[in-house]
Amino acid sequence: MSGLPWLSLLIAVPLLAGVLCLFAKAEGARWIALIGTLLDFAIGIYLWTQYDPDGAQWQFVEKMALGGGVNWALGIDGIALLLIVLTAFLMPICIGASWRSIEKRVPEYMAYFLLMEALIMGSFAAQDLFLFYIFFEGGLIPMYLIIGVWGGAERIKASYKFFLYTLFGSVLMLIAMLYMATTAHTTSIPALMAYDFAKGAQSWLFLAFLASFAVKLPMWPVHTWLPDAHVQAPTAGSVILAGVLLKLGGYGFIRFSLPMFPDGSHQFIPLLFGLSAVAAIYTSLVALVQTDMKKLIAYSSVAHMAFVTFGLFAMNRQGIEGAMLVMLGHGLVSGALFLCVGVVYDRLHTRDIARYGGLSDNMPGYALLFMVFTMASIGLPGTSNFPGEFLSMVGTYHASTWAAIAACFSTILAAAYMLYLYWRICFGTQRNADAAAMPDLSSREWWLLAPIAVGVFWMGIYPESFIRPMRNDVGRLLARIERAAPAGDSALQPGKPQVRVHQRGNE
Amino acid sequence: MGRFAPLLPELILSIGGTILMMVAAFTGRRGSGATTWLAVALLLAATLALIGAPSHGGLLFDGFVAADLFASFGKAIMFPAAAIAIIAAHGWFERDAEHSSEYAVLIVFAAVGMSVMVSATSLVALYVGLELQSLAAYVLASYRRTDERSAEAGLKYFVLGALASGILLYGISLLYGFTGTMSFNGLAAAFGRGAPSLGLLFGLVFVLAGLAFKASAVPFHMWTPDVYEGAPTPVTAFFATAPKVAAVLLATRLCVEGPGPATDAWRQIVIFAALASIFLGAIAAYGQTNIKRLLAYSSINNVGFALIGLAAGGARGASSVLFYMAVYIVMTLGAFLVVLWMRDAEGRPVESIASLSGLSQTRPGLAAAFAIFMFSLAGIPPLFGFWPKLVVFNAAIASGYVSLAVAGILGTVIGAYYYLKIVKVMYMDEPAPAYGRVRQPIQGFLILLAALAVSPLGYLLIGPLGSLTDKAAGSLF
Repeated sequence: MSGLPWLSLLIAVPLLAGVLCLFAKAEGARWIALIGTLLDFAIGIYLWTQYDPDGAQWQFVEKMALGGGVNWALGIDGIALLLIVLTAFLMPICIGASWRSIEKRVPEYMAYFLLMEALIMGSFAAQDLFLFYIFFEGGLIPMYLIIGVWGGAERIKASYKFFLYTLFGSVLMLIAMLYMATTAHTTSIPALMAYDFAKGAQSWLFLAFLASFAVKLPMWPVHTWLPDAHVQAPTAGSVILAGVLLKLGGYGFIRFSLPMFPDGSHQFIPLLFGLSAVAAIYTSLVALVQTDMKKLIAYSSVAHMAFVTFGLFAMNRQGIEGAMLVMLGHGLVSGALFLCVGVVYDRLHTRDIARYGGLSDNMPGYALLFMVFTMASIGLPGTSNFPGEFLSMVGTYHASTWAAIAACFSTILAAAYMLYLYWRICFGTQRNADAAAMPDLSSREWWLLAPIAVGVFWMGIYPESFIRPMRNDVGRLLARIERAAPAGDSALQPGKPQVRVHQRGNE
Repeated sequence: MGRFAPLLPELILSIGGTILMMVAAFTGRRGSGATTWLAVALLLAATLALIGAPSHGGLLFDGFVAADLFASFGKAIMFPAAAIAIIAAHGWFERDAEHSSEYAVLIVFAAVGMSVMVSATSLVALYVGLELQSLAAYVLASYRRTDERSAEAGLKYFVLGALASGILLYGISLLYGFTGTMSFNGLAAAFGRGAPSLGLLFGLVFVLAGLAFKASAVPFHMWTPDVYEGAPTPVTAFFATAPKVAAVLLATRLCVEGPGPATDAWRQIVIFAALASIFLGAIAAYGQTNIKRLLAYSSINNVGFALIGLAAGGARGASSVLFYMAVYIVMTLGAFLVVLWMRDAEGRPVESIASLSGLSQTRPGLAAAFAIFMFSLAGIPPLFGFWPKLVVFNAAIASGYVSLAVAGILGTVIGAYYYLKIVKVMYMDEPAPAYGRVRQPIQGFLILLAALAVSPLGYLLIGPLGSLTDKAAGSLF
């Protein structure tokens, strides 16, 4: 069994299913998509169980030269594995979320989703610089079409903004990649992770990669495409955007920026902490005043991603593991929150918070699950975001007190905007008759949300399952970037007790 | 006979073309079907005759032309493109009373001209090839002579083309006057003797200006949108592909073999033309409403990228130019074949971008193919159009021109906008009245073939194509 090219299968299954969808009718396409994504999820689970956390750094390695310097080189470490499992987990849920809410051009829609899954899997599994770029950038096309065709009223503008912002960041990265391939004479990512570029070059390379990943993550001030894209995208599009696509940015930092340009990273730590601090506080404040549910959650995503950058650039174990856990937790929680928005949007067709209220009366099941995800988003202990945010804050505190203070404020503000949102939607008086008449969750919706809730608690109560696969990889990364880690301003200083000896009788 | 063996492709086309002209003259309109297929057969035979070209040297007639791998590579992509332009026209002119057999004959002669262009190793051959190709092209542009736009296109092309030829000739005369030689090798020797004199530089600038006109590189691009729009669509498809490749390849050979040693002298011109083409091509395309005009700007934009490879210099740069043009020709032909398919309910050709509205719902296959070509022209991975851009930028960076590569790649982002616009119109807008049925199985098959070639499957071609372009470029050095 282990002889099969599992990673290629992981990419091929959704791709084939996507092509099949194009030749099916609406109902057939739905089932093909569901089966395809479930199969992929099964492969993901298999990879997780077969992955040996104490084994080699790169497992399930495949390599085939296509000629002309292109390699079909795949392989995963624990970090990639976790993100692959997250993607495989969210995809069937996305298909389920689109089951009834997408009515027009269903086969195409499903095909784009499956194509996107294949491309995302490819980006996480790629071990060749250009192969990664092809997958990474290729994801733009299906997402562009999903937002543009099935999105809301302002969908065209949002789709352009999404595409061009991301493309602009990525092409700078491409130039940096070409430079790296020319200098290091290799396009293999593992080899490049051990290659030392000249210090002067590292700064430029780091900035070029930052341009791409900062847009993708997104970091303030290049986050402005995100609220638009989220608001206009169909529910499942938002889920995949927040749940997985943003994670490509964080993954990029871990895979490229940190190990390949440790000195460059070191140089820009103040910049990154500064931007993250602004994102953590400013976008939280912006989230507080939103009247559109999706926009609120979109801004909260930007604020949460600040934890990722904080943790990563603290460059210590707590920080990096915390950043990874935040990515996974946020993938679950933001996905679930967008699904929750989708549930009521499907019923009332508005995202205006003021149109809802008192839903806990007529939709108790919904109110319960929404409460779970709200609490998780705030980072309540016992839910998925707590270990990540906590670790990330601890790591940040080692590196910079000020950054840690900003991160703390962000958590407080998160509680404010999330509780305020929850209060306005689920509690209070029922102002609108149509909102009060909405039926509770259907069994399909239960099936979508309940697995995520299980995941949320699992991550919150026993995060070790998720830390274990990546522990050694984080260790290897740390060994690589040790010399570049920030000194930190909170190190214990030996005291200087002043001994005063009173001498008597001398005067 | 042995002396002429390397010229077999040109001989086939010249003799065959002449015979074909006789056939055309005697059969008139009745023979248009026969001449079409005969011309296609001639072009394919000429392509087959390329097999076995020597990898180096191959200078003929005292260094007048060279039958080397570089030339063969150029011909191997131009001849099939010309053949496709003939096939495309076959269905297109069907209802046109003015269509006669000369169309195919003209393209065959243009192909001879292009083939001399890419093999030219002396300024005389360069000029002869260029004029042969251009004269055929002027006539082709005004092929529908009763159509005002077509006649205007032909006239405009002719007048401006004649001006460009004049500039080119003036440059040639300067070069000849200051070096006393017409051959590229002689020029290289002259340029190699220290800093070039002012006269030589002037000559070089004029020659390059003339070539830039043929390749429609900025600032000599003004004719392109008008001619592309006015000329009948199959002719536009031809203009945008084969002659463009010929001009770019000719410029490459000239720059490498001619004033090669005086690199800085020509490089700055090429860099300027490259960046100007990329940005003007990208920005000017914004407001276009006619698909042919848009594709004209797209072709200007693309020439800019190919010129970046030329500016990078060296065997690697030349190889990247070849790679770029080979993929460009496929994408552009594919896009034009789709445009040829655009007919209203009565079968009249339509050219407005607005008519593409909602094509993905009325004609999903056609829309998908066009979207593939658009994304590919924009250079978005995973489509194959991304790779030639990467190869070109890679060459630039390997030569240390990082800022040039950065500027060029920012141009791709600007350019991406209008390619996206087409996709948006096809996929996101409400459907316009559906196009009329077109029964053209061969063209349909060619579209499919082109779409498959620029789809991610194209990456399988990188190996063979890359080694071929490397060898072809190597024959210049």
